[in-house]
Amino acid sequence: MNNTIALKTIVKKEVTRFLRIWPQTLLPPAITTALYFLIFGKLIGNRIGTISGATYMDYIVPGIILMSVISHSYSNVVSSFYSTKFQRNIEELLVAPVPNWVILSGYVSGGICRGLLVGVVVALISMLFADIVVLHPAITIAVAILTATLFSLAGFINAVLAESFDDISIIPNFVLTPLSYLGGVFYSVDMLPGVWQTLIMGNPIMYMINAFRYGMIEVTDVDIQLALMMIVGFIVLLAGFSLVMLHKGTGIKN
Amino acid sequence: MKALSISNLKKTYKNGFEALKGIDLEVEAGDFFALLGPNGAGKSTAIGIISSLVTASSGSVSIFGHDLVKERERAKSCIGLVPQEINFNQFDTVQGIVLNQAGYYGMPSKLALERTELCLKQMDLWDKRNTISRRLSGGMKRRVMIARAMVHAPKLLILDEPTAGVDIEIRRSMWKLMKEVNQQGTTIILTTHYLEEAESLCRNIAIIDQGKIVENSDMASLLARLNVDHFMLDLAEPLAAAPALEGCHVERISDKVLDVSVPKAIGLNQLFSQLTANNIKVLSLKNKSNRLEQLFMDLIDSKLPQKIPSPPGRGLG
Repeated sequence: MNNTIALKTIVKKEVTRFLRIWPQTLLPPAITTALYFLIFGKLIGNRIGTISGATYMDYIVPGIILMSVISHSYSNVVSSFYSTKFQRNIEELLVAPVPNWVILSGYVSGGICRGLLVGVVVALISMLFADIVVLHPAITIAVAILTATLFSLAGFINAVLAESFDDISIIPNFVLTPLSYLGGVFYSVDMLPGVWQTLIMGNPIMYMINAFRYGMIEVTDVDIQLALMMIVGFIVLLAGFSLVMLHKGTGIKN
Repeated sequence: MKALSISNLKKTYKNGFEALKGIDLEVEAGDFFALLGPNGAGKSTAIGIISSLVTASSGSVSIFGHDLVKERERAKSCIGLVPQEINFNQFDTVQGIVLNQAGYYGMPSKLALERTELCLKQMDLWDKRNTISRRLSGGMKRRVMIARAMVHAPKLLILDEPTAGVDIEIRRSMWKLMKEVNQQGTTIILTTHYLEEAESLCRNIAIIDQGKIVENSDMASLLARLNVDHFMLDLAEPLAAAPALEGCHVERISDKVLDVSVPKAIGLNQLFSQLTANNIKVLSLKNKSNRLEQLFMDLIDSKLPQKIPSPPGRGLG
């Protein structure tokens, strides 16, 4: 059994799927983020001044890029795997001698590809409004890949446990979006009043956005090593949980 | 060599429903085997377990000597499944569906393309290879599933009601194809509600009812147990009432048509002697019902008075 071929097949299928429907997958983030940059960056940002020495536009660019990576890596896996379950073509994989880790890696790789591609699209759009710099390319790329991996895994777990289309929209709408907006995309922790400065430290997305921002413009509210360790820790945890669910057949087998 | 060996297989669903109550079954390599049973009998659960879509509560399954739990990947490599319901991505092209399946079985791309072309041509679908699958007719969709199941040249092909809902012309062409596949050495397990299909295609048969195997025999022995034949007689002259024929049950369907049940002990010669004695001229006769259907109903209703022993080497459930 050649697992590499099986893995390539799943990844190719996933990438082809989101490229085929590019008006749904790649175009909306380009338009939305262009509006963010125009309204928050150009119109309002000019009146805000600088944060930690960076212009407001430069400050929000990394957060908006990573927010797009998070939401698209998550939504790619959750919608694709749930549709596969719903249409019962998951049976094609269950019947075949494909190990569980290959199924998981295939779907997560698809999510990473879409997350990173959307990140690149958003970065290109941001170049119309700001001069993009990447002071620490290795950290920037590592944080983007690790974050896309983490949220692809989260999307996979959501899809496995979901029993209806409502179930796959609850987490993105009521958990991911608030945590992203409250994760320091548009402001620094210092700008928050008293108790909120403490509360926000419990938001894992805040660590990811700050680590990514450090990679690009060397501005951060958190310790980078702690942020990286936390992302890796969550990845290990969610990957383990996903594999246990696949082994038990949770949500996909009777 | 056993293509399939099932031992004491049990399945109880979370809601407490006991779908399989400990079945034993063996299928020889090269066989064309029918697994029959009424709706809800447990045959789909059994097939689900064999094809790894359902988790067994207990018991063991081995495919060509490979245990489904201990040698999962080797066992699965031997199986091709044509499920009851359409389960491919209806937004994919016909060729894409079959090629992806070849990839899942680890087939290198050149070989996958060759096998896909072969299987699609065999299914008369090559011209439709670039068609989005949701635009296909019901019969074509079923053939796509067969092509998909055969792309990795499985040693054991499981067909779960493959001809359900297709017209008679396609059904017969599919029978021809299944026979050819079997003749080429592939073991086939077929479930169907068309008992004529099982009778004409399969050499051995198991009947499952309420989670237990109630019959496991070769087709010839099973059919030999039928001790009454049913015939429809077309008469030359109209009859006002059903004639009394000794040992036979006669029902008048219309002026010129009789429905006659003839015990094997009496036979056709004696039947015709009695008809001649009653001055009844018969233009033609035909077997009224499918023989296997009659036996099936008898077994399911537990009306069959006695069982003949199964051939050696075949387990009874």
